Amino acid sequence: MEGKIRVLVAKPGLDGHDRGAKVVARALRDAGFEVVYTGLHQTPDQIAEAVIQEDVDVVGLSILSGAHNTLVPRVIELVKKKGGRQDLLYLVGGIVPREDVDYLRAAGVSEVFGPGTPTEDIVAYIRQHAKG
Amino acid sequence: MKTRESRAEPAGGTPAGQVAECERKARFSTVSDLPIRRVYRPQDIAGLDYERDLGDPGCFPFVRGVHETMYRGRLWTMREFAGFGTAEESNARYKYLLEHGQTGLSVAFDMPTIMGYDSDHPRAEGEVGKIGVAVDTLADMETLFSGIPLDQVTTSMTINGPAAVLWAMYLVVAEKQGASWQKISGTIQNDILKEYIAQKSYIFPPRPSMRIITDIFAFGSKNVPRWNTISISGYHIREAGSTAAQELAFTLADGMAYVEAGIAAGLDVDEFAPRLSFFFNAHNDLFEEVAKYRAARRIWARVMREKYGAKNPRSWLLRFHTQTAGCSLTAQQPHNNIVRTAIQALAAVLGGTQSLHTNSMDEAWAVPSEQAVTIALRTQQILAEESGVANTVDPLGGSYFVEALTNELEAQAQAYFKQIEALGGVVAAIEQGFFQREIADSAYRYQLQIERGEKVVVGVNRYRMEEELSIPLLRVDPAVAERQVARLNRVRQERDGARVRAALDRVSKAAEGTDNLMPFILEAVRAYASLGEIMDALRRVFGEYRERPVF
Repeated sequence: MEGKIRVLVAKPGLDGHDRGAKVVARALRDAGFEVVYTGLHQTPDQIAEAVIQEDVDVVGLSILSGAHNTLVPRVIELVKKKGGRQDLLYLVGGIVPREDVDYLRAAGVSEVFGPGTPTEDIVAYIRQHAKG
Repeated sequence: MKTRESRAEPAGGTPAGQVAECERKARFSTVSDLPIRRVYRPQDIAGLDYERDLGDPGCFPFVRGVHETMYRGRLWTMREFAGFGTAEESNARYKYLLEHGQTGLSVAFDMPTIMGYDSDHPRAEGEVGKIGVAVDTLADMETLFSGIPLDQVTTSMTINGPAAVLWAMYLVVAEKQGASWQKISGTIQNDILKEYIAQKSYIFPPRPSMRIITDIFAFGSKNVPRWNTISISGYHIREAGSTAAQELAFTLADGMAYVEAGIAAGLDVDEFAPRLSFFFNAHNDLFEEVAKYRAARRIWARVMREKYGAKNPRSWLLRFHTQTAGCSLTAQQPHNNIVRTAIQALAAVLGGTQSLHTNSMDEAWAVPSEQAVTIALRTQQILAEESGVANTVDPLGGSYFVEALTNELEAQAQAYFKQIEALGGVVAAIEQGFFQREIADSAYRYQLQIERGEKVVVGVNRYRMEEELSIPLLRVDPAVAERQVARLNRVRQERDGARVRAALDRVSKAAEGTDNLMPFILEAVRAYASLGEIMDALRRVFGEYRERPVF
């Protein structure tokens, strides 16, 4: 593969629980990916901008406030609308009830990683699926 | 008897005359990775002086408890943190909990409220009523406490950035109910430092935030004397991934920063210090947690008397609320969380907590269902009424292990205090990202220990099962946001617009000057100005804080 896989880790919405996002960001960096972390309290618009600006291959969205069904599809829509790449890999982490997982998949999310997921599973998933 | 130098003892050391046996692991450590020896002996606490270092319960330095009788006098307050949807739904949950023997209320607000936005703000989309109750105006607060006499319950409100506004709403509801401010009691979290450090629900930059807090201290000590005007919180620091020692150190460092801010604002330390309260986590490692609470009391008592010159014995007391560790709950095999929570609650009780929230088994999935929260409350009642642990004060006091661990945690906290001081104090350390880095490092280290199998999480990295989720979850009605926005619009139509505008103007003016903000915020609340409007009036003057993210 040419170059490193680039990953944007983002925290959409208002919740400030960034433990998971930061642990994952660090594990991905340690695994050899290029990682950009947006920081907290990002609007879907700000995240979509960052996705395009940073030209990433993978977008990891961490939400623990229950607002995933609103915010995640919004990010994906906005990236498309702004002319972002079509082959991006969207991943979601956080507290997502199982019945919402199908909804998020239908909106374009490849995988939802719930609490207790080993970071090595996320790394392996990205290696297998990202188009770097 | 032959005495041994315990410090020199190797991990697997064997007293003379005993057969050496293998141990299961090369190294034993707490959940925070503090190394633990096979056995603790008198020499591990050599130099510990009962009167000086422990004291009887209710006596300086209060290691054994802040009251002489502790739970023989009065049990801890059982206070389940609750709130979701609209004020009506949360009001119904509060009444349910009170009917089932809960003894105090604890309000969870939704994210827009926590961040100081109205429910119709664009940033509130998808978040209204999700993880707590939505409160926009006084009208919502009136509904939230409808039929609950505020002079007969105590209420804790988990609110920080906009604490002054939500507290003002509560005070006006009390006023309207005819409950005297002299009599009502409760707590506002109002701990902004730990927001920058860990929970990240900050609004204004640190310095204006500290001014609001000292305004609240001053207003409270004069007008609402039984109110705890701050709950200095380690809970969120721990949830963000810190060790027990870091939770202890950073929380008490925050506490000292508030005391210094109060003194710098011209308050007498004994005027506000008796109303300071604390809030700690109860994680899985029973003895480490008990030691943490005991060390906290000793450090605080000494610092308040010796460093800040407090003369009122009430200023020396570290009173605290405890919540069991949300971060320890697993989404896998959720019934196991009942057991985890029971052990954590036991730690809090053995550590002498003043009030306790026990998490519900379903909280790695959602806001708790009624059934789950009932089990959580029953867990406390079983501890209080059946287990016998409330029969005597500080039952672990004098244990070689627990006393040694108490000393160790205190020593680690003292080392952090020195480091923080060298960085220029808490606010400067926040600005340099010190706490944030320390916590992120600990969180990452713990994650790696789990992934290597060095730390076991039952059902997650050992004893796994294929399973379907077997517990019913609470779903917040998606129409909540619409209903809440409609209600807000109704209030906006019915109120006196000119009075609101004038009141908001006066809030901004007061923010520019040095007057105490509380009377101006109270006036805006009485006029039914919304939370978002009042916060905007302050944002105009104070600006907003942005964090430089570190990972």
